[in-house]
This record gives sequence, structure tokens and C-alpha cells, in this order.
Amino acid sequence: MTMAYDVEEEIARWRRHLERQRSLAPADVDELEAHLRDDIEHLEAAGLTPDEGFLVGVRRLGRVDELSREFAREHSDRLWKQLVLSDASAGGRSPGLLTAVLMAALAVKVPWVLGAPPDDILRFGGILVLAPLAGYFLLRTGASAPTAIGVGAVFAVSAGALALYPFAPHGQTVLLASIHAVVLLWLAAGIAYAAGDWRSERARMDFIRFTGEWVVYYALIALGGGVLAALTLGVFGALGADARTLVQDWLVPCGAAGSVVVAAWLVEAKQSVVENMAPILTKIFTPLFTILLLALAVTALVRWDLAAVDRDLLILLDGILVIVLGLLLYALSAREPAAAATWFDRLQLLMLVSALVVDVIVLFAIGSRIGAYGVTANKVAALGLNVVLLVNLVGAGVLQWRFVRGRIPVARLERWQTGYLPVFFAWCAAVVLVLPLVFAFG
Amino acid sequence: MRIGKDLVAAAATPLVLGILADGESYGYAILQRIGELSGGELDWRDGMLYPLLHRLERLGLVESRWVDAPTGRRRKHYRLSADGEAVFADQRRQWGIITETLGRVWNDGHVPGSPVIATGA
Repeated sequence: MTMAYDVEEEIARWRRHLERQRSLAPADVDELEAHLRDDIEHLEAAGLTPDEGFLVGVRRLGRVDELSREFAREHSDRLWKQLVLSDASAGGRSPGLLTAVLMAALAVKVPWVLGAPPDDILRFGGILVLAPLAGYFLLRTGASAPTAIGVGAVFAVSAGALALYPFAPHGQTVLLASIHAVVLLWLAAGIAYAAGDWRSERARMDFIRFTGEWVVYYALIALGGGVLAALTLGVFGALGADARTLVQDWLVPCGAAGSVVVAAWLVEAKQSVVENMAPILTKIFTPLFTILLLALAVTALVRWDLAAVDRDLLILLDGILVIVLGLLLYALSAREPAAAATWFDRLQLLMLVSALVVDVIVLFAIGSRIGAYGVTANKVAALGLNVVLLVNLVGAGVLQWRFVRGRIPVARLERWQTGYLPVFFAWCAAVVLVLPLVFAFG
Repeated sequence: MRIGKDLVAAAATPLVLGILADGESYGYAILQRIGELSGGELDWRDGMLYPLLHRLERLGLVESRWVDAPTGRRRKHYRLSADGEAVFADQRRQWGIITETLGRVWNDGHVPGSPVIATGA
């Protein structure tokens, strides 16, 4: 028996509503739909019109949220299935994924086996691991030739500088260059991620979001990998076999490198999972870091001891500012564009202000001493990074203030951060390419 | 008369197992049968039957398969497994004892409303 067209439409709408419930599998929806159709048919035979039958039938089945809750109680596993790979997403595997994972994992291992010194592997580690990642992005987005050439050029120039500069062994500049090369190449991989559309604000914001989620996934994989490594060592140890070579020389380095690509793929494949985690993480850690920063500011003012302030503190402080910026970006990437300012935005403002106060105190202390001990590459790099971050956070603080006062939309905050990405790119490029020249590769 | 939620929940499993003991059936028909047998008194939200059927399936008491009805509609049919038959027989005995006891308490010369007086030593 065919039903009237508008009832079919009603059923289709009801069905879509059910399909959105995470606890209901498609087969369950099929089953419920068959039930509803049986009921409508039955009610029609009793003299109701099809749409009356539909209303009664839907009501008899029960409210969708109750139904979904009842199904969730029986199928609690389904709520977790979002985290596990469903058959559908496994079927549509991204092109080149497996190759990229293998290349990243082997990239750190092959030179090792061929007898390259560990220092060299560390120096080129960033390039070796991030090149497969960028390649994977280029392949996945089907980027144009100019994009591929541009991204490739950044990698080639960085690799060239690291390989051809006559660095002094164990000097400061070689370490600085290889660390900054990682950030530089990560941003270059971002160009590949955006399929060359690096001028677009949206694409940049997407990449910021991607980076935050990638960090969460990577940390989760690292935790699991740590447990795996410890268990492997323990179990083989108990059996009297030494698994240290296996774990230290293979499992850990190859796993750490391969996971870079795996985490990137997971971010894309399971987008909705971590998106819900970022706001929670920021809500937990923003208050805690604000307290830390306030305590730091008070301590710095009370114990105004210039002699105790040294380079290590500056590096630590850079770390704190990076985390503050990270928390800020996390919150920014997860917030509703239309939502008005809340207590949390005021808290972020407080965190920003306290971070700036601490930073200015320490900068003053260091500035007065930098002349006394001379300028080293480490000091310039730490100070430069500090200035780059300081400018970013001052700008972010001003905008945050105006946003909390309701003067500007949140989009302005996003534009500031997306617009700042090239500054990071330029600073890292300078440390990789220029700083070693200035300090004679020492 | 409305029957309490807890009582319906307790009776649901033996009811469904009992109906399936008569032969393979599907959700809508099971509910129809319950409605008929209870004279429409026993009634719960239709949708809630399915999580129950899925639980019984997970516990291995029933088996399911998709069947194409002559009208072209696909329905999920359930039937009792060997385990399900054993559990049903067991539940049937338990419920037998309960209904029997309740019957004696309420009917054997006992007038509803009158106080229960302990007799004997």
C-alpha cells in the first residue's frame, strides 16, 4: 500500500531526526520505521487518515530523546564508536596515508641504520618527519603544482641551510636552527594543508584548529605508546629476554615519527571528537595558568633580585607565553562566532594581563644584564621569541578588552591571530637562515 | 487502569519471551499480541520494546534476521534461541510461583480490605 506523498515526507523527516541520534544505528532506524509504517497502515484500516495515523504512531513510539536514551543504555558502546574507526571511514582511506606513515617512521630509522651520527638525525629530524606529512597534505588536497613547488622550496631551503652551513659541532646556532626549522616546516605543511590558499583567513584558522587538535591526538597516542613500551620491556624482561633494543631503537623512534602523520589523519577523520575536548581543556587550564601567572608576578615583585634572573628563566618564560598563546588559540578555535563575551573571556583577559606583567618584569631584569655578559645566539633567539610573543599578546589583550566590553566581534580576535602567522614564519626563517651567519655558526 | 512502570518493566521480559515461544515474530506484531492478550490494559511506549529485544539478543536469548514481507516491507524478525527457551522455562516457573502465591493470598477466603490476622500458635 502506498501512502500519500506528504506522509512520506513526514516519515522521511522523522527518520532523519532519528538518524542524528548517536545511540541509534541505521538498522535500528530501519526497524523503527517498519514499525511506524505497520502502525500507520493499521490505523488507516481503522479509519484514520494517513497523517493522523502518522501522528498517533510517532506518539506511540515515544519521544525521540527518551527513545535515544533507552537505546543508549542498551548500546552504550555506540557512543564510543565515534572514537573508533567505522567501516565507512576505513573504506574511504585517504590516498597516500599508509605511504606517508611508513615514510615518516622509516625516515628517522634509515639514516640511523646507514650509520649517520645521532646529532645529524636530530638536526634533520624535523625535515625527515614533516616532509611526508606535507606530502600527504599535498596529495590529499590535490594541490596545484605552484603550491607543491612553494612548499617543497621551504623544505629544500631549510634542509640546504642545515646541511651546508658549516656549523660548529655542539654550537648554539645549530641547535637553534634545527628547533626553529621544525616550527617553520610545520607552518609550511600548513600551506599544503590549505591547498595553497594560505592567504585565506578561514584556511589559516582551520590550520590553527588543526594544530590544537593534532596536539591532543598526539599526546593521546604518546600516552598509549608509553604504556605499550613499558609493558613490552616488562613482559620480555620477566621472560628473561632483553627487549631494550627493540623498544629503544625501533618502537619509540618509529612510533613517534609515524604518529605525527597518524595524528594528522585522525584529526581529519574524526573531526567532531576532539572539537568537544578543546573547550574543556581550555576551561580547566586557563584558570590554573592564571593563578600561576599571578603568583609569579607577585613573587617577581616581592623578590626583586636581579642576580637570580638569567637566561634559563627567559627560556622558561618563553615557554609560559607559548602556553598562554596556545590556550588562547584553543579557546578561539572552539568558540561560537556569534556568542557574546562571558566570564571566561574576562578570565582570559586576566590571564593575558598577568602574563604580560610577568614578562615585562623579567624583560627589564634581563635587559639590564644583557650588556654585562655580552650577546650570545641563545640570548638573541630567546629575546627575539619573547618580543614576537609579547607583541602578539599585547595585541590580543587589547582586542580581548574591547571584545569583553562588547565593542568588537570575536572575528577581530581571529583576524589578529591568523594575520600573525606570517610573523612566526618570518621569525623562524630568520633563526634558521640568518642567525647562524650573524654568530659565525658558533 | 494504569500499571506501574516497575511492574511493566519486570513483566516485559517474560511477556516477550512467552510470545516468541509461540513462534517467530517482529516488534509490531509482538506489541499487537500483548495489547490483545491484556485487553489493552498493558501498554508501554512502543519504541521501548526495541532496546529490550536488542538486549535479549545480546544475551543470546533471541536470534534475529531481516525478512522481506510480501508487501515489500523489511522487518526484523526475532525468535527464541535454545538458551532463550531454557530461560523462558525457568522464568515461567518463577512467575508461576508468584502468581499462584498472590492468588492464594488474595483469593482464599480473604476479603479485600479486611485486616490480616495471624492465626495458629
